[in-house]
Amino acid sequence: MNHLAVLPVAIPALAGALLLICGGSRPLLERVLGIATTVLGAAAAAALAADSLSGAYRVYALGDWMAPFGIVLVADRLSALLVLLTSVIALAALAYAANGWDRRGRHFHALFQFQLMGINGAFLTGDLFNLFVFFEVLLIASYCLLLHGLGQQRLKAAVHYVAVNLTGSGVFLIAVSLLYGVTGTLNMAHLAERIAQTPEADIALVRAACLMLLGVFAVKAALFPLYFWLPATYASASPPVAALFAIMTKVGVYSILRVSTLMFGGDSGAAASLTSPWLLPLALLTLALGVIGALGAKRLGELVAHLTVASVGTLLATLAAGGSAGLAGALYYLVHSTLIIAALFLLSDLIARQRGSAADSLVAAGPPRQPVLLGIAFLLAAATVAGAPPSAGFLGKVMILQGIADHPAAAWIWGTVLASSLAALVACSRAGSVLLWKFTAEPAREITAVRGSEWLPLCSLMAASLLLVGFAGPLHRHAEATAAQLLAPSQYVQAVVGNSTERAPQPLGRELPR
Amino acid sequence: MEFLFASALGVVTACGVYLLLRGRTFSVVLGLSLLSYAVNLFIFSMGRVTAGAPPVVAEGVAAYTDPLPQALVLTAIVIGFGMTAFFLGLAVRAHGESGSDHVDGSEPAGPPEDPR
Repeated sequence: MNHLAVLPVAIPALAGALLLICGGSRPLLERVLGIATTVLGAAAAAALAADSLSGAYRVYALGDWMAPFGIVLVADRLSALLVLLTSVIALAALAYAANGWDRRGRHFHALFQFQLMGINGAFLTGDLFNLFVFFEVLLIASYCLLLHGLGQQRLKAAVHYVAVNLTGSGVFLIAVSLLYGVTGTLNMAHLAERIAQTPEADIALVRAACLMLLGVFAVKAALFPLYFWLPATYASASPPVAALFAIMTKVGVYSILRVSTLMFGGDSGAAASLTSPWLLPLALLTLALGVIGALGAKRLGELVAHLTVASVGTLLATLAAGGSAGLAGALYYLVHSTLIIAALFLLSDLIARQRGSAADSLVAAGPPRQPVLLGIAFLLAAATVAGAPPSAGFLGKVMILQGIADHPAAAWIWGTVLASSLAALVACSRAGSVLLWKFTAEPAREITAVRGSEWLPLCSLMAASLLLVGFAGPLHRHAEATAAQLLAPSQYVQAVVGNSTERAPQPLGRELPR
Repeated sequence: MEFLFASALGVVTACGVYLLLRGRTFSVVLGLSLLSYAVNLFIFSMGRVTAGAPPVVAEGVAAYTDPLPQALVLTAIVIGFGMTAFFLGLAVRAHGESGSDHVDGSEPAGPPEDPR
């Protein structure tokens, strides 16, 4: 099917608009429509991922305008994988929200669809300015979703989050327009070609733009020293929204990965490998500070948010170290960490609800109603996120550590990753023992048991994490193929804009569609 | 012309960054607006500063101005406008809920600030 690549963007866009028009006063219709379209979007994402197995680039020219002139969507293995991952997380978050969270404010489902549109679009687009637009779409939806349900804590976090991201958008625009000013194009594949041919006089501008882009993506990915907005924001968002936000830092990681392999990769002349000397130490610091934050967290939500930061640190350290094997491990780890962090955010809400006014604060409270079930779920999730064998976290870290073993700074990476895994385990054990074992003799109160429809999304995410272990072999091979595709940017350029020798200089003005 | 344009941009950006770093939400909104004006003008200038040249193809014209930055600026203006409006609404709401217009949601401890 020709239009497959645009479906993950088009379906949520249409669904969001439809939900705005006819949702509003009919909450049941809204809920059904929201879940149905998300399932539809997930089906499209799965088809796209299956299609990407062949390794072909699916290039979709919007409005049928030729590649360097119009905007293109490009689905390669990485994009398709991340769109599929987004759909899985979105389904779980939405199924969880349908238990009541979605009625605490208006237009939850419409905002959720717009958020999905923004995330999918950012993963699929092949145009730098369009990436900015999709960033803004996902950000404005995330601002509103963050505020969903309101509360003073959420408002304070939102003020910081919005201010930081608006500043980031300004810097992003400066970088994009600087690149346009130097190279005269915005198509990422075309940019890759043009950056490699930049004359000596302009190379400083390209390098400046490259570092600015890195800075902006570092804000989205929550890289030290730009991650301080994240813990408060994620910990104060409502749990299904926080679960969906688990994929948002990955948008930043994806952008860093895409831009650094495609546009500023090995064969782009003087701008090549500009980011790596900065990225590695910063990523290791992010990892260390993430787990230190987790050790010091006062609430379970904060702890999970800091673990998100730590996972970003691990990912970016591996990306900075480079190499195909390390990259493959990082991609496996990316999928694992997103799934398990989303699961942990949902679980922290289930635990918080059985502890009365103490909620998810790490202090002793009255005994929960279902300590065994919640305890088992927390044990599994915590062991997975910390990387205890034989979980997906363990496999991911083994792949990463093996992959970067030849890097000159391997000792630093090994040391930090292993020490931080231990620290994450300690942090999770501390939280678990306080939350589920240490009780005060609080008078009996009414606690509702966790419903089956609330277990379902959580168990699906955990099951997906188990599948990652069960199918680790094929998945790792797929990750290796994805890494190989990423490290061959010339194929991407070839697929999107074709051979530069075949393209004659075009006269100024409108090009007729092919 | 280019020098004047560039230095004006620099001044606007500096003012924007200064206001952005203030502690009151209103200053932050003003700072963000100034910053987005500066960014929009910067995008515009990346199509090179030309005067009196048409952006679309016309008969008998040899010199054109680049139409693409103008389209980009239009997009950026719309997005920036929407975001500023949202942030203003958020700031008003945060003020209403917390009773303080400080970005941290509460008055900082210590000696009272200069009301300016």
